[in-house]
Amino acid sequence: MTLELSLNQQPAHLRQGSSIGQPLTRRDGFLKVTGAARYAADNHPPGMLYAVLAVSGIARGRVASLDVEAAKAHGGVVEVMTPQNRPPLATDPDAKNNPFMFRLDLLQNDRIRYPNQTIAVVIAETLEAATEGAALLSPRYEAQPARVGLDGAESFVPGGVGIGSPAVHHKGDVEAGLESAATRIEATYETSAQYHNAMEPHAIVAAWDGDSLSIDTPSQGLAMAQGRIAGLFGIAPQNIHIRSPFLGGGFGSKGMISGPQVLGILAARLVGCPVKLVLRREQMYGPAGHRAPTRQTLRMGMDREGRLTAIDHHAKTASSTFDDFFEPAADASHTLYASPAIATSHEAVRLDTGTPLFMRAPGEATGSIALESAIDEAAGACGMDPLEFRLRNYAEVEPMTGKPFSSKALRECYTLASERFGWQRRPLQPRQMPDKDGFLTGWGMGTATFPAIMFQAEARAVLRADGSGLMETGAQDMGQGAWTAFAQIAADGLGLDIDQVDFRAGSSDLPNAGIAGGSGHTATAGMAIHNAGAAVIARLADLATGHEASPLFGAGNEGVLARGGRLYRRDDENRSESYGEILARAGLAEIDGRGTGTPDPASREAYAMHAHGAVFAEVKVDPDFGQIRVTRLVGAFAAGRVINPRLVRSQYYGGMIWGVSFALHEEAVTDRRSGRIQNANLAEYHVPVNADVPSVEALLVHEDDPYVNALGIKGVGEIGITGTAGAVANAVWHATGVRPRRFPIRIEDLLG
Amino acid sequence: MKNFDYIRPTTIPDAIAAAAEPGSAYLAGGTNLLDLMKGGVTSPERIVDISRLAELNRIERLADGGLRLGALVRNADLAHDPEFARSYPAVAEALLSGASAQLRNAATVGGNLLQRTRCSYFYDTASACNKREPGAGCDALGGENRLHAVLGWSDACIATHPSDFCVPLVALDAVVEIEGKKGRRHVTLEEFHRLPGETPQRENGLEPGDLIVGVRLPAEAASFSANARYLKVRERTSYAFAVVSAAAALVVEGGKIRQARLALGGVAAKPWRARSAEAVLLGADADETSFVRAADAALADASPSGDNAFKIELARRIVVRALMSALAGTPGRLPALPASPFSSIPGVRHDA
Ligand SMILES: Cc1cc2nc3c(=O)[nH]c(=O)nc-3n(C[C@H](O)[C@H](O)[C@H](O)COP(=O)(O)OP(=O)(O)OC[C@H]3O[C@@H](n4cnc5c(N)ncnc54)[C@H](O)[C@@H]3O)c2cc1C
Ligand code: SF4
Repeated sequence: MTLELSLNQQPAHLRQGSSIGQPLTRRDGFLKVTGAARYAADNHPPGMLYAVLAVSGIARGRVASLDVEAAKAHGGVVEVMTPQNRPPLATDPDAKNNPFMFRLDLLQNDRIRYPNQTIAVVIAETLEAATEGAALLSPRYEAQPARVGLDGAESFVPGGVGIGSPAVHHKGDVEAGLESAATRIEATYETSAQYHNAMEPHAIVAAWDGDSLSIDTPSQGLAMAQGRIAGLFGIAPQNIHIRSPFLGGGFGSKGMISGPQVLGILAARLVGCPVKLVLRREQMYGPAGHRAPTRQTLRMGMDREGRLTAIDHHAKTASSTFDDFFEPAADASHTLYASPAIATSHEAVRLDTGTPLFMRAPGEATGSIALESAIDEAAGACGMDPLEFRLRNYAEVEPMTGKPFSSKALRECYTLASERFGWQRRPLQPRQMPDKDGFLTGWGMGTATFPAIMFQAEARAVLRADGSGLMETGAQDMGQGAWTAFAQIAADGLGLDIDQVDFRAGSSDLPNAGIAGGSGHTATAGMAIHNAGAAVIARLADLATGHEASPLFGAGNEGVLARGGRLYRRDDENRSESYGEILARAGLAEIDGRGTGTPDPASREAYAMHAHGAVFAEVKVDPDFGQIRVTRLVGAFAAGRVINPRLVRSQYYGGMIWGVSFALHEEAVTDRRSGRIQNANLAEYHVPVNADVPSVEALLVHEDDPYVNALGIKGVGEIGITGTAGAVANAVWHATGVRPRRFPIRIEDLLG
Repeated sequence: MKNFDYIRPTTIPDAIAAAAEPGSAYLAGGTNLLDLMKGGVTSPERIVDISRLAELNRIERLADGGLRLGALVRNADLAHDPEFARSYPAVAEALLSGASAQLRNAATVGGNLLQRTRCSYFYDTASACNKREPGAGCDALGGENRLHAVLGWSDACIATHPSDFCVPLVALDAVVEIEGKKGRRHVTLEEFHRLPGETPQRENGLEPGDLIVGVRLPAEAASFSANARYLKVRERTSYAFAVVSAAAALVVEGGKIRQARLALGGVAAKPWRARSAEAVLLGADADETSFVRAADAALADASPSGDNAFKIELARRIVVRALMSALAGTPGRLPALPASPFSSIPGVRHDA
C-alpha cells in the first residue's frame, strides 16, 4: 500500500531521544483535512457498479413478494439479488461456532427478523438507478406482531453476557450484608438503545478475480474479517485482500464484518464486476449492531461509617431473537467499590431487533451510569460527600476477585481532578447553588474505569542498508491516531528517528495486528511492534558484536544500545556504529525481525488490570424549563504509559463528550408497536454539538505499570464515557433535587 | 431516486407556467425538498429550480415603511443584515436559532415557510401518514409522539410546523406575497398555514404553480424593536428543533402594555398566534402576573395529543419567560446562543 504520510516534525523527541511520550500531531491529519485521505467508498475501480439495499419495513414476518420485474425494467438496473439468485455460500450465515461470530442476514431465505433487514440488493450502473430500483421492488409482507421493549417478551437468564462472562456472579452474602446495614438504598435506572453512528457508514468496494477477492472496506479487525469472509465463501484467507487505511469511526460496529458488507461481495460475485455498496444512514439502524437498552436495579447497604456492606446490581437487557449479545451492564460493579458482599446478575428478553453488539464501553458505559448514580444516592443516604464516600469505599484490591491491582492511581485522579474542579466548595444538599442568572447549578462526580485488555498481534520490522527502517502490521486506525502512536512506538523500537521509519498498516496482507477494540489495540499491536523492533535490533547487534572490524566487537554481555540509527556499546558510548555501516559490511540490503504482542498469562492471573479515572461535572439547569447544559467537565485519568499525550487527551475528550451524550442526548426512539426506529438520522438522533460541551478538560495522571506489558500501556479509548455519564446525572440531581432514573434525561423529567 | 425533469426558468412567469404542471415542485435552497426526495417521501416529476431568479433575492424597504423580503433571501443573510436585526430583533434571533450555520446559508425565506413537518412517521414511508398519503391513517397517534401538537390538532394529524422563523413573523403580522396563474395576491401568514382538520395534506392555501415571491413586514412591526424576543427550548443547546418556542413583542408605556404580540412554535400545525393572550395583555400592567394570565389564556384550549402533556405546562412557562425577556428589553446585540434560555436568563438580567 502506498500512503503518503508526511510527518509533522516536532523537535522535542529529538532532544529527548524518544518518540514515545511526545505530543506529535496526527500523521494523517493533513490528508484528512485536505480530503486526500481515501476512505473505502472513495474507490472506483474500472467497470464498477453500484449496489443498493432494499430493506424490510416490518420487524417480523416474511417477504411475500417483490416486484423484481419492475426494478429490472428501470433504466440502468443490471441485476436484482434476492434469495432466489443469491450466489451460494460455503457456510450457513446462521451458523455460529464462537462468540465473535455473529449470525448474518445474507438473503438466505425470505424471513424477516428486524426492521431494516436486507430483503434484496439492486445493482445498477448508477447509484440513482440502483436506489430507484430498490424503491420499485414494492415489497409485500406477511407480518407478525413485533416484540418491542424490555417488557415485550418473556425474560430469561442468558448463558453468558458480553463475551463469555457468566450472567450471575457473587461473593459474600449480599442479603446478610443488606440486613446488617445501617442505611440502605434501592434504585432502578433505565438506559436507551443507542446506535454507533460512526460518521462513515459501512461501505465496501468489492472486486473478484477468479477466486481472489479484493476489497476496500472499513474494518476494526482485518484478520478476523478476512477469516469470516473466507469461511463464508469457502476460499483461502490469503486470497482475500482487504484495504482499510482509514475508518471514519467504528466504535465497535466495524469490529466484525456486517451483513451488508458481505452482501456487497455477493453482489460483485453475482454480476461479475466490481461493486460498491454504501449503507444509507437509516440502514445502519439494524444490521450493524447497537447498544441494547437496559433496566438496572441496584441495592446497597452501608454501615454507620458509610462503608458498603453489600452491593447488588441486577440488569435486564435485550438481544435479538436469533443471536446472542447481552450487554454486561451489571459487571460494572465488580471492580470499583470495596464491599464484603457483591452480587451481579442479568436477565434478558429477545426482541425483533438487529443483534446488539459491542459499542464503545459495552457494559461498562451502561453499568457505570447506574452504578455511579446509585453510589451518589448511597452517599446522600449516609449524609456524606460523594468523593469522601468513594474514598471510604476505595478498593485496595479488586473487590470481586481479591486480586491486587497491577497499578491503580485512582486516588491521584480524585485529588487532581477535584482540586482542579473546585469540588471542596460543593454544598452537600441539592438546589443550593443558584447562579447569579438564576440557573440551578449542580456539581456531580463519577469514577471511571475500564479493563486493560490485550489480544494477539504480530509485526514485522526491517532495517535497511540506507539506514532507514520499515515497520509493518495490519493495525487499524479508526480515527484515534493509531498511525501516529504506532509509528512512535516503531521509531523507538528501531532506535530511529520517526522520519526514518516507514510505517505500514491498514491492510490485510500485513501481519495480523488483532482487533482495534476493547481499548487494547495500542497495547497489543504496540507490543508486537516493540518486540519486532527488538528482534531486528538483536540481529543487527549480532552482526556488529560478532565482527572484528566493528567498534562494537565483543560488547558481550554488556550489550549495545540502539539510538538515532546507531548502535552504542552500553558500557562505553564512545564506541558506536551506524546501522548502515553494519549492514554494508555484512553485505546485506536489509534484515528483518518479527515480534508478537500477547497478554502474559501469569501476570494476568496474579493481578487485576484496569485503567481508572475521576470525572467532575458542572451543569446548569433552567429552573422552569428543565433544559440542561453541561458547562464544565474535568476528568483525570491514569491508564499506564501515555504514548502520545495529544492523542490520548483527544480520546478522553471524545469519551467524556460521549458520556454527556449518554446522560442527556442519545436515544433510538423505537415505535412501541412496529419496532421501527423513528429517528434514524443525525438530525433527530441527538449527540452533543459544540455548544453542549463548552469546557472539557482531561488531565493525565502518571502511572507506571510493570505488569500489564513491557511498555506499561493500558488503554484509553473507552474509559472516558464511564464516570462521565454518571457525573452528569449526579450533577443534575445536585442542581435540581430530582434524581434522574432514566437516560437520556428528558425535559419532562425535570419540569416538576 | 425517481427520475425527474429539471427546469431552470429565467423569469417568474416562466417559473409559474412550468410549476403549474402536475407533479412539479419548486427548488429553492433544497435543504428540505431534497431530503424528502431522497427519503421517497415526495417524488416530484419536475423540479423547477428558482434559486437563480435574482429578483427574488432582495430585501426592499417599502414606501409605507414596511419591509419586503424576497423569497430567495437566505436565512443567514437576512439574520446578519444589521438593519434588519435592529428593526426585527426577534425575527433575526429566531432565524439564528434554527438549524445549523450551513443550513441557514442555504435555506431561503420561502422554503422556510414551506418546510414540512418533522413528524417521524411522515418521513418514515413504512408508516401510515394521512399527510403523506391521504386516508392512510396516522401512526403518530398512539405512537412516539412526545413532541407532537398540543393545539389545533385533529384525529387525522397531530403534527407540528417546525419553523422558528415563522413564529415571530406571524406575531408581527407578516404577509405572504404569492404569484400564480391569476396574478399576485397577499395572504397574512396567520391565514397562510392551515390546521389539519380532515385534510392534513393541505398545509396552506397555495394552488399548483403558486410561487411565494416574498414576505412583507408591515411598518408597525418595527415599532416593537425595543422589546421583542424569541425563546426556544430544545433538547440540546443548538442544532435542534424547538420542543416549544415563543416570540413576544411589547410596547410598554408607563408600566402599561400598549401593544402586545405573542406567538408559539412547535405546538401546532402552524405557527400559533396567541390572540387571546394578546387581548389579556392589552392595557394590563407590564408584570409577571399579567404574563401568567396571558400564558393561561394562550394555552386554554391546549390538550395533549399523546405523551406530550408536558408541552402544555412548558409552553405556559415559555410564554411567561418570553414576555419577561421582551419587557426587559431587546439586548444590544444578538446573544451568542440565540433564543436559548442559556442566553436570555431566567432572572432576565443580562445576556450570557
Ligand atoms: C438537519 C436540519 C435541521 C433543521 N433545523 C431547523 C430548526 O431548528 N429550525 C427551523 O426553523 N428550521 C430547521 N430546519 C429546516 C430548514 O429551515 C428548512 O429546511 C429550510 O428553511 C427550507 O428552505 P429551502 O430554501 O432549503 O427550501 P427547499 O427545500 O428548497 O423547499 C422547501 C419546500 O418549499 C417549496 N418552495 C421553496 N421556495 C418556494 C417558493 N418561493 N414558492 C413556493 N414554494 C417554494 C419547495 O417546493 C419545497 O416544497 C432544519 C433542517 C434540517 C435539514
Ligand atoms: S401526525 Fe400528521 S404527519 Fe404525522 S403521521 Fe400523523 S398524519 Fe402524518
